[in-house]
Amino acid sequence: MSNEQKGREITISVLKFNPRSKVSKPHFVDYKLEETPGMTLFIALNYIRENLDPDLSFDFVCRAGICGSCGMVINGKPALACRTLTSSYPEGKLKLMPMPAFELIKDLSVNTGKWMDKMSKRVESWIHSNKEVDISKMEERIDPDVANDTFELDRCIECGICVASCGTMLMRPDFVGPVGLNRVARFEVDPHDNRTSEDFYELVGDDDGIFGCMSLMACEDHCPKHLPLQNKIAYLRRKLVSLR
Amino acid sequence: MKVNYCDALVIGGGLAGLRAAVAAQKKGLSTIVLSLVPVKRSHSAAAQGGMQASLGNSKMSDGDNEDLHFADTVKGSDWGCDQEVARMFVHTAPKAIRELAAWGVPWSRVKAGTRDAVINAKKTTITEDEDRHGLITSRDFGGTKKWRTCYTADATGHTMLFGVANEALKHDVDIRDRKEAIRLIHEDGRCYGAVVRDLITGELEAYVAKGTCIATGGYGRVFKQTTNAVICEGIGAAIAIETGIATLSNMEAVQFHPTPIVPSGILLTEGCRGDGGILRDVDGHRFMPDYEPEKKELASRDVVSRRMIEHIRNGKGVPSPYGFHVWLDISILGREHIERNLRDVQEICQIFNGIDPADEGPKGWAPVLPMQHYSMGGIRTKPTGESTRLKGLFACGEAACWDMHGFNRLGGNSVSETVVAGMIIGNYFADFCLENDVTIPTATIQKFVDAEDAYLDEILSYNGSESIFKIKNRMKEIMHDKVGIFRDGPHLEEAVEELKELLVKTKQITVKSKERAGNPELEEAYRVPKMLKVALCVAKGARDRTESRGAHSREDYTKRDDANWLNRTLCTWPNPTDLEPTIEYAPLDIMKMEMPPAFRGYGAKGMIIEHPDSAIRQAEVDELREKMEADGKDRHEIQDALMHFDLPMNYKERNERAGDK
Ligand SMILES: Cc1cc2nc3c(=O)[nH]c(=O)nc-3n(C[C@H](O)[C@H](O)[C@H](O)COP(=O)(O)OP(=O)(O)OC[C@H]3O[C@@H](n4cnc5c(N)ncnc54)[C@H](O)[C@@H]3O)c2cc1C
Ligand code: SF4
Ligand code: FES
Repeated sequence: MSNEQKGREITISVLKFNPRSKVSKPHFVDYKLEETPGMTLFIALNYIRENLDPDLSFDFVCRAGICGSCGMVINGKPALACRTLTSSYPEGKLKLMPMPAFELIKDLSVNTGKWMDKMSKRVESWIHSNKEVDISKMEERIDPDVANDTFELDRCIECGICVASCGTMLMRPDFVGPVGLNRVARFEVDPHDNRTSEDFYELVGDDDGIFGCMSLMACEDHCPKHLPLQNKIAYLRRKLVSLR
Repeated sequence: MKVNYCDALVIGGGLAGLRAAVAAQKKGLSTIVLSLVPVKRSHSAAAQGGMQASLGNSKMSDGDNEDLHFADTVKGSDWGCDQEVARMFVHTAPKAIRELAAWGVPWSRVKAGTRDAVINAKKTTITEDEDRHGLITSRDFGGTKKWRTCYTADATGHTMLFGVANEALKHDVDIRDRKEAIRLIHEDGRCYGAVVRDLITGELEAYVAKGTCIATGGYGRVFKQTTNAVICEGIGAAIAIETGIATLSNMEAVQFHPTPIVPSGILLTEGCRGDGGILRDVDGHRFMPDYEPEKKELASRDVVSRRMIEHIRNGKGVPSPYGFHVWLDISILGREHIERNLRDVQEICQIFNGIDPADEGPKGWAPVLPMQHYSMGGIRTKPTGESTRLKGLFACGEAACWDMHGFNRLGGNSVSETVVAGMIIGNYFADFCLENDVTIPTATIQKFVDAEDAYLDEILSYNGSESIFKIKNRMKEIMHDKVGIFRDGPHLEEAVEELKELLVKTKQITVKSKERAGNPELEEAYRVPKMLKVALCVAKGARDRTESRGAHSREDYTKRDDANWLNRTLCTWPNPTDLEPTIEYAPLDIMKMEMPPAFRGYGAKGMIIEHPDSAIRQAEVDELREKMEADGKDRHEIQDALMHFDLPMNYKERNERAGDK
């Protein structure tokens, strides 16, 4: 590789729309740029903003696939833009749209945070315990495998990609989404939380919760953290259905 | 004008801000947290490696305690830290981690029995005792005597942040995201809140509170190559110095991390080396033992970073389109270990560089190069976390110079600081809010909001030929080229002058869209001048500090100069029209130290210009210790006699350990 080597020209087509403006209408804008080695959508979109269109809105924070800020629909599939290499698209054409199911802020920026806060409150996404913990004393022992199982489900980054992928969401705007069900599964395995199955049933034992899922699987296919969403949803459903 | 009143205002919703908010809310105060982004997306989420706390549970950490953690932290800081604060910190860290466990952070646990580990590139077997099974375990990190870094695989920051954020939700802390503080409201030397811009609607609001706590994280993004998230722009520090009253301290103390991957700058955690990964040069040769025979890859960060650059300068770097780099090899840890404990590292390598680090041989080596990583400097505070000059303003986390890191922070001590400071400072902050009222007239609040309103209009009316994006990128290059890992007078002087020119140019731009909302260019236009002020504090502080200490390394002044420079840099910005900060210094008092300055243990001895007090204080310390030991006093009593420290709540209580006799 040399510095002089020219990359191919790629076209990034972006849906632009500002819902707060009276004159703005949704429309696609094409940006043409030269691809550089290892170019991600983070690099490409920043290049566009700095050189072609200073008005383009999008969200990145970690640019490393860790924080869940940059979900968008890329050629029809929701994915994390910062982890998307332009070179994975042999045609050199990428069509970007904001994720559905969330409130649109502008262009590619959607309000996943607001949605996730509501979800977290709805499933009471915190440890429920009546134990007084004295933090000067030894911590409670947790079996390493159980701690690890909890960790595996705690890895969700609230990117909302599963929600944007979810067929049920289209029909049930109040559906708690795969991410919410995963959260329940997470607290269910955590020995620090002493909620019972009945308690969880209260939270998600309805058609906006565990019984709404139609098992279309797209959530798990697209989850960038590879969480076992379908498995856990099926497990929860079996567990909660027995309480019905 | 929209005015939001609350008791306690926290600006910043990373680990530090959220933990402080929980402290305030728990004391019955109405508490608001502001954040640029949904709080769970804060930069804290990116911490991979872990959190230091001297639990002493696992085999390799057995016998650990506060004293060892304190000594490592002070040495790590190159004696630049506030030892009282370091003591407060090490004493509270075990409590913080146990609290987080109770809040659901799924810390990795000790598993009884034998397991394989790689220590110093050699396969070793470690046997954990049955009676430690299920306790929180820990891994090795640079610059620590024991394996003290507790973790959740390689997603420690993420699990911690979610744990603390969920706890804040549980206590009904009022969290408001996409809100940016752009100016502090203050009168008669006291802070009353902030002017805040809603990043969705573009609207300006006032947030008025009895006390204000800044927890906005670091300022890594003033550098071109950094591991920091894109929101780490130092705006919190900037609005503090823009008051003209509050000071920023030790801004030149900037840490460079040895192993971000090239070119993206995404960090491969220190856990890679902690778990046994090694560095190799263009010939595949493991070079660190040649430079640091004792600690090798696990010497402290500033040392490893400098050795890497030195080695590259010696012609041993690997050429690439992005310049020279070296290799990080973790394949020697084995695929199973990587896929279990370093999964995010593996994914980063696969996605961003198309390599699998578990592949043996050169195929699996990752290209790495030191880059900006951590801001030791920040808003200068007292041990209570309150600004030394502006009453009612508190700061915690990476935004603060509470000063337990001095001139170099140890890996794992930062996320630990965030929650510990959140606990300690959060409580002092809450007490301040309980004891003080809002006494500022509405007209004053209006004045502050109007000024910001007029400023935004002014920006939109600029009609010049400069581009704000170009100015920003130039700043980053200057910082990278001239205020980097190795520094010298002439380059630092150039940096200061060029940054001043850029600051002038920020008024010679044109912002294309005239919209107040959803206008990213307008956001750059008001942020970049703030970032330049932060950059100038770094560059000027570095230019004037004619010694090498911790991460601040001068090629023209290679010695640590305790005789002249055992002090803290303080920057203020008295006039808004000034083009550079005003710098003063506050001495550190050796006679009050528990651990007087000494050799840090790296490189050649004799690289210190000693302060006469060091020997005097050391003799005092030795004498007192000897006498008290003879009198049968325990280590806690001796410590208290050497240097007393206070803590709020019941945090002073002794930490129980499995190894207690
Ligand atoms: C890649 C990486 C890995 C790391 N790994 C480790 C590790 O393993 N161990 C360790 O100890 N440390 C680690 N660190 C360091 C550590 O993660 C940070 O120092 C720490 O998380 C900082 O936390 P904080 O709460 O101070 O700030 P942050 O988490 O940065 O939060 C800042 C908050 O302030 C908000 N904010 C900023 N400006 C404004 C404004 N103007 N108005 C309103 N809100 C604002 C942001 O939205 C955010 O919520 C790592 C750092 C990096 C870069
Ligand atoms: S479950 Fe997966 S896809 Fe859904 S929010 Fe979490 S990380 Fe994203
Ligand atoms: S920016 Fe954080 S996941 Fe993409």
